[in-house]
Amino acid sequence: MDLQAVCVIWLRDMKRFFRDRTQIVVGSIRPITWLFFMGYGLSPSFRGPTGTQYTQFVLPGIVIMAVLFTAIQSAIGIIWDREFGFLKEVLVAPISRSSIVIGKAMGGTTLSVFQGAIVLVLAPLMHIHLSVLSCVESFAVMTGVSFSLSSLGITIASRMRSFEGFGAIMNFIVMPLFLLSGALFPLRGLPPWLYWCVRLNPVSYGVDLLRGSLLHETQYSPALSVGVLAGFAILMIASAVWQFNETDA
Amino acid sequence: MITVENLQKSYGAIQAVRGISFEVKPGELFGFLGPNGAGKTTTVKMLCTLLKPTGGKATVAGFDVARQRNEVRRAIGIVFQDPSLDDQLTAVENLRFHAMIYKVPRAERERRLEEALALVDLKEKANAIVKTFSGGMKRRLELARSLMHRPAVLFLDEPTLGLDPQTRRRIWDFLRDLRRAHGLTLFLTTHYMEEAEACDRIAIIDHGNIVVLETPQRLKERYHQKTLEDAFVQITGRTIRDEEAQDGSLMRTFFRRRSR
Repeated sequence: MDLQAVCVIWLRDMKRFFRDRTQIVVGSIRPITWLFFMGYGLSPSFRGPTGTQYTQFVLPGIVIMAVLFTAIQSAIGIIWDREFGFLKEVLVAPISRSSIVIGKAMGGTTLSVFQGAIVLVLAPLMHIHLSVLSCVESFAVMTGVSFSLSSLGITIASRMRSFEGFGAIMNFIVMPLFLLSGALFPLRGLPPWLYWCVRLNPVSYGVDLLRGSLLHETQYSPALSVGVLAGFAILMIASAVWQFNETDA
Repeated sequence: MITVENLQKSYGAIQAVRGISFEVKPGELFGFLGPNGAGKTTTVKMLCTLLKPTGGKATVAGFDVARQRNEVRRAIGIVFQDPSLDDQLTAVENLRFHAMIYKVPRAERERRLEEALALVDLKEKANAIVKTFSGGMKRRLELARSLMHRPAVLFLDEPTLGLDPQTRRRIWDFLRDLRRAHGLTLFLTTHYMEEAEACDRIAIIDHGNIVVLETPQRLKERYHQKTLEDAFVQITGRTIRDEEAQDGSLMRTFFRRRSR
């Protein structure tokens, strides 16, 4: 792997993102509206086992939501690059395809963690205490989830020729990953089919870990969650490298 | 500088390039002509390492296009048919990205940036976002970019398509100066016959085969035509070729199997 190439690819994503302030604002508005409207809207009908408020329960889920959407969006940038021709410039450069993928995945990871952190700093408003330890843990979880989902996005983008399919990807892949991640509701009391959908969704392990570090409530064992996330990350980056290797401009 | 032996590319049952052979000499301006869909772009893509040949062999600057891809990539510059700039970055950022990714040493980098922008008269626009550029400006910037890493061979895929005569003339002046100064080898595809006329030699490809390879002068003599365009039409026929667009509903595109 070629560290300089990875850095250059990463740097370009940073430049594009932080130049476009509207994108940052728009990216933050969706999770923040969900947090406030869904959070306070469902609060009265939610009863947490240990007296947790719904606004507290849902915050880690919304952090993951911000991460999920940013990661996919950033990876989808590859399709834009294909559409506007820039992908050719990258593909004929004397660098390996895997360094392009790693650079892209790291770019997506950085941006997603940034967007997730914007939601995370609202935690004190929901009376969640942010200790140094919980911040460190949260960043680790966000990084793992971001990296996996950026890689998933790259896999998808490598297979897509045009933008027409973007809506379908959002509806068939991103929304289910989010809705079935346990971000919005707890596992207990779910009908079995739904319970298993959530359990089989790797993103739910990220949500659970984050909830563990912020609210000290988990539904899975943390060791299992860490294992699932690590496995998911490795699987996704491998598939991204594989699919991107096959891509042509 | 470029050698091609029995080069082939097929997509399933369709043979886009059917075993072509030719050679391009160092410092030559080589014109590669053909009707739409004749196999021009496929050939250029194979020589630029963007497509893997399904048969035969080709080398560029002494390196095999299938097996020594990164060596080939370092030795060539490309100006694509369609723009390939990042239009959300500035001119200078586009050039710097290129220089960094081709590992131009840091000390050299800024000097070459200046030089490249001066060459194509874009110095005042160095820090403007590329989105605001006209088609001609983008083309000039791409040309400057393709030279940043000092390639031995420059591929120009219809480099003046859709540009006004002023810009076209300007671009050709740059290219002439470059050839004189650096002995650059140019591989050109074009539909403009006056550009083809300026080439040292011309190859015409049709239905995936090279049908003729000659100097422009001898080509006209051989076919007893006054202009190159008449000779071209005589060789390739009058029928209009319709390139087939890539088909595919979303599901078909997404779940397709790739044959490579």
